[in-house]
Amino acid sequence: MTQPTMGTRPPGEPRRVAYLYVLPAFAVYAAFLLYPIGRAVQFSLYDWDGLSLGRWVGLENYAAIVADEGLRAAFGHALVLIVFYAAGPLVIGLGLAAILNHAKVRGLGFFRTVVFLPQVVAMVVVAVAWRRVYAPDGTLNTLLGALGLDALTRGWLGDYTFALPAVGVVGTWFETGLVTVLLLAGMSRIPAELYEAARLDGAGAVREFFAVTLPSVRGEIAVALTLTVIAALRTFDLVYITTRGGPGDSTSVPSYEVYHRAFGLSQVGSAAAIGVTLTVVIFVISFGINRFADRRVT
Amino acid sequence: MISRGERAANYVILSVFAAFALFPIVTILSAALGPADSGGTAGLGNFTAAWEIGRFGTYLRSSLMVSSFVVVVSVLLSIMSGYAFGTMRFRGQSVLFYLFMLGIMMPSEAVAVPLYFDLRTLGLIDTFWSVALPQVALSVAFGTFWMRAYFRASNRAIVEAARIDGASTWRILWQVLVPPARPALVTLTVLVFMWTWNEFLIPLIMVTSESLRTAPLGLAFFQGQYTSGFTLLAAGSVIVATPVVIFYLFLQRHFVRGLLQGAVRE
Repeated sequence: MTQPTMGTRPPGEPRRVAYLYVLPAFAVYAAFLLYPIGRAVQFSLYDWDGLSLGRWVGLENYAAIVADEGLRAAFGHALVLIVFYAAGPLVIGLGLAAILNHAKVRGLGFFRTVVFLPQVVAMVVVAVAWRRVYAPDGTLNTLLGALGLDALTRGWLGDYTFALPAVGVVGTWFETGLVTVLLLAGMSRIPAELYEAARLDGAGAVREFFAVTLPSVRGEIAVALTLTVIAALRTFDLVYITTRGGPGDSTSVPSYEVYHRAFGLSQVGSAAAIGVTLTVVIFVISFGINRFADRRVT
Repeated sequence: MISRGERAANYVILSVFAAFALFPIVTILSAALGPADSGGTAGLGNFTAAWEIGRFGTYLRSSLMVSSFVVVVSVLLSIMSGYAFGTMRFRGQSVLFYLFMLGIMMPSEAVAVPLYFDLRTLGLIDTFWSVALPQVALSVAFGTFWMRAYFRASNRAIVEAARIDGASTWRILWQVLVPPARPALVTLTVLVFMWTWNEFLIPLIMVTSESLRTAPLGLAFFQGQYTSGFTLLAAGSVIVATPVVIFYLFLQRHFVRGLLQGAVRE
């Protein structure tokens, strides 16, 4: 089949009718995403309670994100969650995928299904299950008691120190499967000759991993990091069901603050500013990770 | 090539992790099937009890309505816009496409607040539309990207042949290009169904009446109201999770490939 090469341009010839095909999708998209994000930017410049007339405050709501201790804390908590949602699963996932890819283990299909399962279960269900695990009379404390570690038992989600890590572990739990499956897909495409060459050069399992496996899955690592970092920044359902930001504000996160400020405290302008900031952070991180991955691949 | 010790270690590591992955799921399943805290029901009876007390019938019905609407409409719109972006050339094409791309990353947390206040002004709050249409918008961004990639890779020769035979662009789309696109469409359908079924924030904000509550929302309210024990809450959780899990188990290969391709930007 002969095909003219047109670089990045799409195939096909000029067609006015294209606009008609794009129009319905674009209309819904513009009305329910583009226009609202514009409105969010507008709202964010006002001090507005959602009912009375708003008062123009310029960038004050954004300044508050830096100055307000509670808001700063919320963004700080999001950073902690990134460690649990992205860094943890990446390290564990690399190990698991390397094992699954290399060793001819039985039950690969079963294992893949099991680790990926958390991804498809509604977050509300996940949160209900983990509340049970963390409850004072829950599964985790029962397990610790059975191991003779009664000293460690506590109400995990009600503890100022442990509530945020407890929420984070849930993130590790449901993102690790996704990361593992993505990395495994990448590793299965590595040609066997590369491994044989490494072995001939006298590389052990560890050197082989860093010299052959890791560089070959850069693209997949970028994808996994993008997805998990965004998921960490967007944690809402989990916090809403398990802690509602508490105890105190030890587990408050930006997306929960958006909801809480707009519908709990009637600070719509501030909520909008947090939402816009979150969007910008997500854009920057996505582009950053992808640019980094592109550069390293060449 | 792999020693016995290494193999054993591998199995131990994988088993430990499988146990970690299954632990909360087993917790909830065993609670759902165990004796009720209040006595009376046990085993499968818990599901019947939860179904009635928690009104999960109503919630599942409204989830099913929202999900099928969002899936059908967003897949249709994505096919059409993906077709235009993938096979035609027009002014402003790349600008329009980048606008759609932004939508893939746009978090619903940012748009939900202004949407609530504007839809309230329009009197659309607490309607089916306030839950369904924002989710169509979220899905159409990804769907356009997804179908564009598929149509770009489609066979140009057949399209040209159909065109020379005098077929309209509309007929070429539905009779030439869409039939072989079944695998791509299945993936898109499953992903959109999963996202819509599991969405929480949008229904939470947009809906107050019970008859419009989706399944995850209903479960959250059930958790808040029903405090006497865990059994029925666990049974309700299983009811809410099951439809997507069944979908996943049937179509898991598509699922994973979909996530992979959707995430890898060109």
